[in-house]
Amino acid sequence: MANRKIGAQTVQLENRPYIIGRGNIGGKKEGEGPLADSFDQILDDDMFGEKSWEKAECKMLEAAMEKAMMRAQLKKENIDIMLCGDLINQIMTSSFAARDMHIPFLGLYGACSTMTESLVIGSMLVDGGFARSIIAGASSHFCTAERQFRMPVEHGNQRPTSAQWTATAAGAVVVSEWPHAIAKGMPVVRATEATIGKVIDAGIRDANQMGAAMAPAAVDTLLNHLQDTGRDIDYYDLVVTGDLGYIGKDIMADLLADAGLDKNKIFSHYDDCGTMLFSKEQDVHGGASGCGCSASVFAGKLLKDMEQGKYRRILLMSTGALLSTISPYQGESIPGIAHAIALEVE
Amino acid sequence: MALQISEEKNKEKEKQKKEIGKAYGKYAKQFTPRPKYFSNSVKAFIVGGLICTAALAVQNRLQAMGLSQKDAGTFVTIGLVALAQLLTGLGIFDVIAKHAGAGVIVPITGFANSMVAPAIEYKKEGPVLGTGAKLFSVAGPVLVCGISAATVVGIIYWFIEKF
Repeated sequence: MANRKIGAQTVQLENRPYIIGRGNIGGKKEGEGPLADSFDQILDDDMFGEKSWEKAECKMLEAAMEKAMMRAQLKKENIDIMLCGDLINQIMTSSFAARDMHIPFLGLYGACSTMTESLVIGSMLVDGGFARSIIAGASSHFCTAERQFRMPVEHGNQRPTSAQWTATAAGAVVVSEWPHAIAKGMPVVRATEATIGKVIDAGIRDANQMGAAMAPAAVDTLLNHLQDTGRDIDYYDLVVTGDLGYIGKDIMADLLADAGLDKNKIFSHYDDCGTMLFSKEQDVHGGASGCGCSASVFAGKLLKDMEQGKYRRILLMSTGALLSTISPYQGESIPGIAHAIALEVE
Repeated sequence: MALQISEEKNKEKEKQKKEIGKAYGKYAKQFTPRPKYFSNSVKAFIVGGLICTAALAVQNRLQAMGLSQKDAGTFVTIGLVALAQLLTGLGIFDVIAKHAGAGVIVPITGFANSMVAPAIEYKKEGPVLGTGAKLFSVAGPVLVCGISAATVVGIIYWFIEKF
């Protein structure tokens, strides 16, 4: 059997699966942010005409997937596997969306790293010939996350400066063995390598310090990816983490510089979706977070920029904080994870 | 014997992990902006003070109208609670609290908000297992600790009185 593993944690996607469809959707606040133009749809009301926040999130995920399939010119029947996840207990959003979609479903939980996790596994399935086309996605909703992990939405309290704002957004992409939906000569994005991250726990116990809790995992995955592939950070036009936010991004840059990477290269080649989705004036403190953050930024702005030739190579690294609703009360610190997938325009 | 050694090793590891966590937490703090303690305190002081002054003004007015001090106080308390509940329902309370902080959370208004917010939030899960079960999810722990502390202090006080 051909072994596609390179180095310690990286997989070479020999057939370089094509990303032929993308779709995303954002809430009201996301639509007031700097990336408003990159959304396929922006909600006027975060309830999305539904009776509960959970139902609204579910509908958002479905909308993003429908859009991605439309761009890929594929019907539900042509998608072999649906891979997605979210933050809600028992991944309610994804499972319930899959109930409506009626596509063979693999539910995933990687907290906010889910977009890259689903993309990595999906690309591997396509690359290995186990599926012709898959759809990968993730979603989050401010209100569903807030009420599960923190306080009721209407509860009056002051958020600490390090607290991040869970994005009300969803994103999905279709990965396929053949770029049939893309006209000849047009740029097409292909997945080339994937690095599966390890769970790293640096001992942060404050659930309002997510960026700091996840940054060491992102550093570990990036350094391993660069070592496995023998590349430097400037091989990529952009290395983009999921939702480290302002604090986590600064920590990541500092730790990378400590690890011997060139400071100027880090500065010009590294960014974070959590710092892109909202502007600082939107009062989000530490920046954006949630599965929907990296999912919607990737399936919107980043892929769009790649299609338009702004970036040729991107390393997408969604980051996740793997705490549960009870683990902080049991005195546990917050474990972090980050997966990476390399994408290239052809 | 071997088991003892491995247990000791585990303890050592645990300790080391804790130390790393502490050091990293300190390091992460450098990157975290400090909250604006001074302006937050001033805002809380002004808003909290205004609420209490207004409440007292209403109470004085009620007393002037012939109500006893106790009854007037009860009326004012009910009024504050009702107002905070209404503002929570309208989605305004959390916006005020974001700026005023302890100014609206410490008076009885904060307590009213902590009851109504979960009541609204869990309405979708039904009146019994939703609102009923979660109504005290925020205020409950405060009540339990408050009443427990009051009991302990009460017992100590009783003993001091007795001897």
